[in-house]
Amino acid sequence: MTRLIFAKILAACLFLACLVGGGLEMRGLRTYKESLVKGPGVTGTGRLSDYLPALKGSWGDTNLYFLDSGKPGGTALILGGTHPNEPSSIVAAFVLVEQALPEAGKLIVIPHYNRSGSTATQPMGAYPQFISIKTGWGEQKFRMGDRLANPLDQWPDPEVYVHYPSRQMLSNVDMRNVNRTWPGRADGALAERIGAAAMELIRREKVDFVVDTHGAELLYPVTNCIVAPDQGASIAQLAALDLTATEFEVHVEPSPAKFRGVSHREIADHSEAVPFLLESPDPFLDQPTGPKTEALELDGKDEFLLAAARRGLLFTDYDEKGKSMEERAGRHISVSRQLAAQWSLFNPERIVAFSCPGYAEFVANGLGPYFRDPAAAPEGSVVLE
Amino acid sequence: MASVITLLYYALCVYIAAFLALGFARTRDWQKAALQLVVLLPFVLRVLRLK
Repeated sequence: MTRLIFAKILAACLFLACLVGGGLEMRGLRTYKESLVKGPGVTGTGRLSDYLPALKGSWGDTNLYFLDSGKPGGTALILGGTHPNEPSSIVAAFVLVEQALPEAGKLIVIPHYNRSGSTATQPMGAYPQFISIKTGWGEQKFRMGDRLANPLDQWPDPEVYVHYPSRQMLSNVDMRNVNRTWPGRADGALAERIGAAAMELIRREKVDFVVDTHGAELLYPVTNCIVAPDQGASIAQLAALDLTATEFEVHVEPSPAKFRGVSHREIADHSEAVPFLLESPDPFLDQPTGPKTEALELDGKDEFLLAAARRGLLFTDYDEKGKSMEERAGRHISVSRQLAAQWSLFNPERIVAFSCPGYAEFVANGLGPYFRDPAAAPEGSVVLE
Repeated sequence: MASVITLLYYALCVYIAAFLALGFARTRDWQKAALQLVVLLPFVLRVLRLK
């Protein structure tokens, strides 16, 4: 009897250790706040719920940053963190907010478009919870989130997800994928409300073009590319030609007319804005890699992908140098800049121009110099994301 | 509808967690006691809205 009580106490202690240890880790990701310093280009901030009050107080609400040149022109919306497990998009958005200087027209940047998803980790993925980028003042730490909205915020998933308004049937978990819920529904599930709020933002702010930044597997054909609907095909082609000739290879994929719910299709069909979706190759996302570590996310070096590359199985170039975060985040900014330049050639009355360090600067200097030190930032300029 | 299902789900989690905790307290087999705690863990994490 005494032995039984002793065994139960021991088991209860182990239980509590697992509960507290595991629980604190999950709570840590849910509550961690990233520090972002508003750069000199930021002229205003807002919340996505300003465009749909039904989002207010939910984990779908998120920060917006306005970078207005004060000069006449058009408006561009840049989305980071649509899929928070593709963090180069979030890193690029942070650098844009901290470093970009608008020269004509206006930029709107959302670093965590899927804020809910950034507070959960990939189930069964053994993902790191955070990634950190070394800077001159310490480390800039980012949450490593999930592709989908956190099930704590939207649950249950249906047997089949029926997209609104097309009624196309999609995979059930895509009900929580904010890049399958465009153009959204104001009284729908959380992911649909996020889409509806973003569409209202596009309409109310008269957004001319949208850049939705992502990462993609190297074994997936839609990688290393700009996905564009017919309305943006010429702009995307010219941007790709220019960049391929001067900085790095990138190509254009047409947005499929019958694939519903994605930004590059629904924004084009339900607003005046022209959407572009950027996919930069992220080795971390591929299935046949070694352990999913922070190092893999940051340097993109993997021996198994290298073996696949030697057999010609990848849809982009890949060698011992890997695909670093510097390259991937830099691509997003350089492509966005180039899309703005081409957009402005086609639409001289709606020019959008901005300067910001991109691919060449990040590859040469690393990302560290482009993050501002929150401790040394002017009062009121630090935002917790 | 989703809110109703979510409420029912959490009520069910509380019920199963209580059932397992009671089983742990009552059993005289240490292996069963350990098993009940292993199964209990995810339910408690769900009730606390950590998982």
